[in-house]
Formats: sequence, structure tokens, C-alpha cells
Amino acid sequence: MTEIIEFWNAFRPALGSALLLAGAILAVIGTVGVLRFPDFYTRLHAASVTDTAAATLAIVGMAFLAPSLAVIVKLAVVWLFLFLTGPTSSHALANAAHTAGLQPMIGRLGEDEGGRE
Amino acid sequence: MFETGATGRVGYFLGLIAVLVALWLGLSWDYSLKPVIASLGAVSIFLSAVLAFRFDILDREGSPYARLFQLMAYWVWLMVEIFKANWVVIKACLRSTLDINPALVKVKTGCESDLARTVFANSITLTPGTVSVEVEGNKILVHALYEEEAGPGAFDEMDRRAREASDGRRKP
Repeated sequence: MTEIIEFWNAFRPALGSALLLAGAILAVIGTVGVLRFPDFYTRLHAASVTDTAAATLAIVGMAFLAPSLAVIVKLAVVWLFLFLTGPTSSHALANAAHTAGLQPMIGRLGEDEGGRE
Repeated sequence: MFETGATGRVGYFLGLIAVLVALWLGLSWDYSLKPVIASLGAVSIFLSAVLAFRFDILDREGSPYARLFQLMAYWVWLMVEIFKANWVVIKACLRSTLDINPALVKVKTGCESDLARTVFANSITLTPGTVSVEVEGNKILVHALYEEEAGPGAFDEMDRRAREASDGRRKP
């Protein structure tokens, strides 16, 4: 039993670091998407990768690195609030843009035209 | 199902108190219950619950804890969907030539209560590749990164699951 715990304690930082790195890479991918996509609404989709997957992986990674259960509970609460407020703010942004009359680009879009086909 | 009587409100009040106590204990991590700290916690919890009662937000939306297990089961299903949808958007971000097919579609929802509608619209927004833009009655305007991902029937399962999780199964 103690061997398992020792192995777990040795393995935990590596696993946590790997998850944090994966979350950071996903955040970079989301940023790349925000820069590449052509209009406001499509950029919102790229940002939601950072909102969901990157945040989840980073928080799970931090939970593996956490020194005590108290920190893990706080991380879980942070994760829950992130998942409740993230879509609300995305919806507020999209709704404000739509109300202001911003028309989304529709139809298949290629790299160079960046507009209606 | 829709409790509005006095017993229902007492239930929501007690549910809110229980969740606030759990949150306070989880965040402060103080089980020694020293008189000063514990009494401050008790007063703040009671004050929050009384304020919620006075603001008249203590209903099945403000305190939806009776359906906690169904909502948590829905949450687990939603997490799987979110990670599947993430993969699609990540591929779209990294493809060497930009190839997206954005569309604005109207989705009809069978969700009747405000809680179910909020859960459904929030789930659409939470899933990468789709954002709910506007809610009008039982129609939700959705902007999607790929038109084929938001075709007719694409949201039917999410709609059904969101409704059953927050309102219970519809009686035949």
C-alpha cells in the first residue's frame, strides 16, 4: 500500500505538469483561431476552446499538483463558476453584436477571400 | 413538480442553506468551529438566505437543488459533448487553409420552463462551435461554425436531455 502511495506521489507532479502544458497549448490554439477567423462571431467560437477545454485541463492539472484537499475543493468551485459564467458572457457578447446589427458572414469561407463567396 | 406553496418555499430555503453551508465549509476548510469564525459564517449564511428570500428569488430557479442529481448526470454527458466539439474547432483553428462554413440557424426547443431553457441555451454556448445569439420564446437563434453541425435535429438530443434534467420526464 505504501508503495502505491509513494509511486503516486512521485508520478503526480509529472501528470499535473503534462495536463497544465496541454491546457496551455490549447489556449495558444484558441488564440491562433481568434487571430485567423474572419469575423466577430467565428472568433467567438475559437475563444470558447480556451474557455472550456484549456481551462478544464489547466484546473485538473493544478488539482494534481495541489498540496491538500482544501485547494482541490477551491479549484472545483473555480471550475464550476467558470463553466456557469463563461457561456453567459459569450451569449451577452453575441447578443449585443446581433442587437447592434452586426451581420455574420455566412457560407463557406476560404483563406484569401475572407468574405462572401 | 412546480411547487409554489409554503412547503415548497421552505424546501428551497433549506436547500439554499445546505448548499451555502457546504460552500462555506469547502472554502474556509475550518472544521474546528472556533466560536468567532463559525458564528461569522453562520450569520453570513443566514443573511444570504434571508436576502434571497426577501428578493423573492428563492424559487426553483434560484435554488434548483431538488434536481441536483439529474443536472449532474446531464453535466457529465455535456462534458463528453464539449470535448468532442472542442476537437472539431481545434482542427478548424489549425488547418493550413481556412475552411469554415458559418451559419445562423433557428433552433426550436421543447423546453418550457425558464430553467430548462437557460440550461439548454447555456449548453449550446458552452459547446465550442455553436453560440446561442438570441432567445425568442421557444426559438433560439444559434450561430454555428459549421453549418453541417447545426443542421435539423442536431440539437434534439441536447434539448431532450436538458429538458429532462431540469423539468423531469414529460408525462405522456
